[in-house]
Amino acid sequence: MLRIRKTPIALFAAIIIVFPWIARLIPAIKNYPDLLIFAGIYCLITIGLSLLMGFSGQISLGHAAFFGIGAYISGVLTVRYGFNPWVCMLIGAGFAAVVAVLVGLPSLKLRGHYLAMATLAFGIIVFIIFNEEVELTGGPDGMSGIPGLSLFGFAFDSMERYYYLVWFFVFTSFIFTVNVIQSRSGRALRAIHSSQEASMAMGVDVSRYKIGVFVYSAVIASLAGSLYAHYMNFINPSTFDVFFSIKLLIMISLGGMHDIWGAVIGSFLVTFLSFEWLHYFEEAEIIVYGVILLLVTIFMPNGLIGLPRIVLGWFRR
Amino acid sequence: MVQEINIVVEKAGGGAILEVEDVIMSFGGLMALINLGFHVREGIIKAFIGPNGAGKTTLFNVITGIFPPTEGAVRFKGKPIDRLKPHEISRLGISRTFQTVELFANMTVLENVMLGRHIRTRSSFVASGLRLPHARRQEEEIRCRAMEILEFIGLAGKWSESSGSLPLGERKILEIGRALATEPELICLDEPAAGLNETETKTAADLIKRLKEKGITVLLVEHDMKVVMNISDEILVLNYGEKIAEGSPEEIQNNPIVIEAYLGGENGYA
Amino acid sequence: MEKITLASQLLQYLITGVTIGSIYAMVAIGFNIIYNVTEIINLAQGEFVMLGGLVMVFFHAGAGIPILPAFPLTVVVVTLVGILLNLLAIRPIQKPSVLTLIIATIGASIVIKGTAMMIWGKDPYDLTPFSGRNPICFLGAVVQPQYFWVGGFLLVVVVLLTLFFEKTIVGKAMSACADNPTAASLVGINVKKMILLSFSLSAAIGAVAGIVLTPIALMDYNRGAMLAVKGFGAVVLGGLGSFPGAILGGLVLGTIESFGAGLLHSGYKDAFALIVLLAGLFLRPSGLLGSVEITKIKKF
Repeated sequence: MLRIRKTPIALFAAIIIVFPWIARLIPAIKNYPDLLIFAGIYCLITIGLSLLMGFSGQISLGHAAFFGIGAYISGVLTVRYGFNPWVCMLIGAGFAAVVAVLVGLPSLKLRGHYLAMATLAFGIIVFIIFNEEVELTGGPDGMSGIPGLSLFGFAFDSMERYYYLVWFFVFTSFIFTVNVIQSRSGRALRAIHSSQEASMAMGVDVSRYKIGVFVYSAVIASLAGSLYAHYMNFINPSTFDVFFSIKLLIMISLGGMHDIWGAVIGSFLVTFLSFEWLHYFEEAEIIVYGVILLLVTIFMPNGLIGLPRIVLGWFRR
Repeated sequence: MVQEINIVVEKAGGGAILEVEDVIMSFGGLMALINLGFHVREGIIKAFIGPNGAGKTTLFNVITGIFPPTEGAVRFKGKPIDRLKPHEISRLGISRTFQTVELFANMTVLENVMLGRHIRTRSSFVASGLRLPHARRQEEEIRCRAMEILEFIGLAGKWSESSGSLPLGERKILEIGRALATEPELICLDEPAAGLNETETKTAADLIKRLKEKGITVLLVEHDMKVVMNISDEILVLNYGEKIAEGSPEEIQNNPIVIEAYLGGENGYA
Repeated sequence: MEKITLASQLLQYLITGVTIGSIYAMVAIGFNIIYNVTEIINLAQGEFVMLGGLVMVFFHAGAGIPILPAFPLTVVVVTLVGILLNLLAIRPIQKPSVLTLIIATIGASIVIKGTAMMIWGKDPYDLTPFSGRNPICFLGAVVQPQYFWVGGFLLVVVVLLTLFFEKTIVGKAMSACADNPTAASLVGINVKKMILLSFSLSAAIGAVAGIVLTPIALMDYNRGAMLAVKGFGAVVLGGLGSFPGAILGGLVLGTIESFGAGLLHSGYKDAFALIVLLAGLFLRPSGLLGSVEITKIKKF
């Protein structure tokens, strides 16, 4: 029975809440909350991606595009037109939803490699647009001057304040997603993953669900993009390239696609790899990611989440 | 105590719950069904027999909306359904099982049947995500009804096991249970006894008879002639996509054309 | 004067398009060979092209080896990479599914790309054209002599492959595997060896494409992904698994891209091929030469 326990969630929330205090006390990890902001932003994307790929069995190799759409809509509308950032976040999410429908509808009949390639092509096209529409986006040089976020006068202008803001978003979407997984809708998605034919015969409107989960994953990726833009105050297209889509794939594969915690674990690991541990390797970073993917497909197809079961299996023998 | 499964039975024009009229199904030149036409009176068990490749599963696929017929019409309770999609047809009251058991292997026995309740319940993606009270209540109801069905089919003890881990006989029963959860008026069973031993076959046959007692009309594709002759009210014989005979089990058994084309004597019941 | 200029412009686009289309055709053929035998789409296909160019640069420009021996030497090296890819990334997978294979080939492609970046850095490299850089003027259009090499090698590849699949025993065995691996293994064909061979052939063809492309368009470590996606576009246009389809698809795709970049907006050059790919997938996934019915029955 698919039961996602509440205790680990509460425990994780407690750790997240307390962490900045601890970090302040230990000089070595003083800047870790900054890392965790990125981990949180990536979690937002991977939670949706995990629901899309791990639970519903769909594929997206172009999710960086939605991350970028959120970031650029927030950036462009606040910098060039002075809109309220929160409104821009909603507009970005809405726009991402529309794009997801426009791409998703014709993709309904595609499966497997065709679907993978279609999403890959879509991601690259969006990336090209970010690069080419210089008047709007600033082109390859990027766009700066993106304002920070504030709510009723309370400005999220410190690392710690932004940390709590991002993680509020993460926990909200995590709990929402967990609820969906354990509900009638979640069951329908898992059924679609297992057998589209049988699902249709049992009355599930497969098309509607596929589009629905794709839109959901696009919307939270877009929100993540907006949060990213308002934190960095600067964005440029190279953040939203094919390699980032692949990094997202690495996050959910490494953590474990079929478990929502896998998304969280993978996001944390890749964030730390990216920003901290692989810095010594510099150029070999890409090779490490590739090797990780290969090792995961060969030895741990269910990701790190599946590791306990593998280890138990050895002991049983 | 097994709760009665509520079914509203509507009399269609002529008493036929399903009408198939002059259906032709062609796949790029390959004629799978040729001018097929028949009625199904409600509440009976009607079997479709014939050699492999005769078009029986294709017929089920046409009825359940997997592909529209190239020509012809299919009517359920008087309403045309030949252009509808499978999930729409399921909503109207037709359910099915598959020749190769299509259970949801990534879910437990109970969850498979719970999925069967999908069309008879309603709660949106957002309501589920927010865990609104009515969504939670409905989830409880779904669970209860699914357990009742598991009791009805005799698999209640295995509710938490992975559906893929059951033996074939129980998987076939489970698939019928899942179809039952949709509250169908008409159920299409595609080779429910294939690959089963004697005991499993008897369990399956008994279950099918109990479906009829509930008032559900059963369409049955089956090769096991003992089962077919035992439980069917009517039999339709297909060969190369065409109907070659239709009638009661006795009539079919003694029909020379059928004997030559299919029953042959060694294969058959006689 | 205006008329001639426009016509020669269009001719220019056509010639360029057919040339680059030949490259896409070769990538597409590589995709198809592996797909036909294994039903795997090798997302690392573009890396073979990239390696073909860079390894040739290493042997010829770097080590001073003349073109004639350096060419086959490069092809051998890249073929070895293809073999390693099959042995290390594909064969060990326990429960191959579409998604695991996609992830595996992506993983392999970024390992190859990362290694190339470490060896060659990020800069693009040039290669001296095989028969010089003196452009030939033809009806107002400018044709680089290297273009003929590209078209020529496409022809050579096509002829050799056709002979291989139809006349040699190994080739026929491979076709048998493609049709029905179970039956093939029952008659004693070593399916695993055939799969290895398919990867080797695809790598070799990719290498050829990379070697002839570099004198025209340079080569850098990052070109593989785009070449793979566009090559796949050619595959979709022509119909997955179809040999003549790959050629037709490649030439058509290259031409559309060339005209689009020339007539509309060159910054969006890459996007044209991608839009054609999407259009092909959305509207007619079976391709221009494929069969709609068979596509419905097949897995994708």
